[in-house]
Amino acid sequence: MTAIISTSNLVKHYTGVVAVDGISLSIPKGICFGLLGPNGAGKTTTIEMLEGINLPTSGSILYKGEPLDTRYREEVGIQFQHTALQEFLTVRETLELFERLYHRTIPLAELVELCSLHDILNRDTRKLSGGQRQRLLLALALVNDPDLIFLDEPTTGLDPQARRNFWDLVTLVKSRNKTIVLTTHYMEEAYALCDEIAIMDKGRIVSQGTPAQLLSEHFGDVVLQIPKADAGARVFELGLSIVEAADFVEIRTSRLHYTLQQLLENGVNLDRLHIRSWTLEDLFINVTGLSK
Amino acid sequence: MKQFLAVLHARNMEFLRDRSALTWNLAMPFLLVIGLAFTFSGNNKEIYKVGIVGGIETLGRVAPALQATQHIQFVPYADLDTGIDKVKHHQMDMLIDISSAPKYWINSSSPNGYLLERIIWGTEGRQFQRQTIEGAEIRYVDWFLPGILGMNMMFSCLFGVGFVIVRYRKNGFLKRLKATPLNPFYFLFAQLVSRLLLIMVITTVVYAGCNVFIEFNMQGSYWDLLLVTTLGAMCLISIGLLVASRTASEEFAGGILNTLTWPMMLLSGAWFSLEGTHAWVQQLAQLFPLTHMIAATRAIMNEGATLAQVMPHVWVITLMSVIFLALGAYIFKWE
Repeated sequence: MTAIISTSNLVKHYTGVVAVDGISLSIPKGICFGLLGPNGAGKTTTIEMLEGINLPTSGSILYKGEPLDTRYREEVGIQFQHTALQEFLTVRETLELFERLYHRTIPLAELVELCSLHDILNRDTRKLSGGQRQRLLLALALVNDPDLIFLDEPTTGLDPQARRNFWDLVTLVKSRNKTIVLTTHYMEEAYALCDEIAIMDKGRIVSQGTPAQLLSEHFGDVVLQIPKADAGARVFELGLSIVEAADFVEIRTSRLHYTLQQLLENGVNLDRLHIRSWTLEDLFINVTGLSK
Repeated sequence: MKQFLAVLHARNMEFLRDRSALTWNLAMPFLLVIGLAFTFSGNNKEIYKVGIVGGIETLGRVAPALQATQHIQFVPYADLDTGIDKVKHHQMDMLIDISSAPKYWINSSSPNGYLLERIIWGTEGRQFQRQTIEGAEIRYVDWFLPGILGMNMMFSCLFGVGFVIVRYRKNGFLKRLKATPLNPFYFLFAQLVSRLLLIMVITTVVYAGCNVFIEFNMQGSYWDLLLVTTLGAMCLISIGLLVASRTASEEFAGGILNTLTWPMMLLSGAWFSLEGTHAWVQQLAQLFPLTHMIAATRAIMNEGATLAQVMPHVWVITLMSVIFLALGAYIFKWE
């Protein structure tokens, strides 16, 4: 698939710190690409270089095969992690302000419909709730009908309901054949929205692929959770890979049928057995070494 | 142009809807002018002011007893016409010319002139030739009005523009604008025009409002006054833009703005005339745009000066505006 944006050996140095250390990415058109990583991993620096806000120390960025130029600002939409708006303006006035900064724009009525802003159009932007504010910021990122949209931790601080509403909105935007680059701390969010993810740590990409690919690459097994009271002492003598927690034991196995049979033969009560798959959170902790 | 108008409209709305700031911007200069008008209505100056043409050192030889008299301030003048104008408008109580045969001028309607004449007769006899001038007194309120309004414009222009841009930068609004195709020059120009429109409207309202109570002396053309104050405000705003062109620290910007405003407030002739002060003080004052704006507006209002007569001030203000604005736009950074 053609890359809408790609980077080659992208490096960013700050005084005494290497924030981004040689990142090469190729993001195909029309997908949602997730950039994950712990605090200080270099996600925001990377996305700001992709946005053209921050200049790289070295390396190159190509948009539709060309270096970033003045056209770029017209064709991308950006939602920053922290942003303030002009005070004492209503939502409608704020949209109109940003609309007039671009040559190509989406009709305001369509934007209002897309981002569900009807009810708050005449409200002062200082009086919006967290979810409403994020919807407005997304609308501002979409005002120029961009081909490429950057969302930097857009749901941080939102309650679960507002977060899920925002996901629906992003899914709707994605269905319009837009490319989205998303950074997030929420693995659940990355799993729900992203077609492809890259996990960063210490300025480098440590793992990249589709969520399903990465999970199968890193975890070829499943986890059996059994309450300690049900597992008994014998379970530790079966030669299984066991992690002991406060109230339960976790058994990792790639041979589920055989292991279950083994447990039953040794009198382990499986009434309260819980089998769980590995999640992106497990993957994240695994590849960034946060479990240590 | 579309971008410029969008930013201009947004900034105007932001200012006009901030009721507390708008009320303060209107009420403060109004109260200041009215309050000072009452405070100084008695025109209580403690010393007499005597202009000298021909050098103060020469006065010591020609009239030593007069020079030794206490509570008289001697102010040197290079030319006779300027000094005579001052006596005519009661800004100087007496003018003495000792460059040739000793003469003095007093305003026939000035009580201070009358008393100084008695003093000079008592100390120096009748060796000075008497000259009288007719001319209405310029009230202190008419004298200080251009200073007060100019000073208010200075604070509004410098802090109103400087702090607003620093706040925008600090809270990330400028970063958001940087992500758009907005040309930084349009942004800065919109800030300048917005503040200019608002300060001119406010100053006009304050002037007209105070005029109802005080009936200011206006000898010159209102159009000339408008042009000079508009250029002066532009110059002060461009200083605000320059100060705010890079910093994201309100404390730092506040420090710089205070460093600029205090000397201008004290040494631009807003509160008191710099005549008689050290030469270096007067030279320093010439570096301040406020000095030129106040001098030009005072000349237009109190002396009926034409635009041509105040043109040196106008050129200085215009040149400063161009330099500050160009420099501010050149070094401006969104973040």
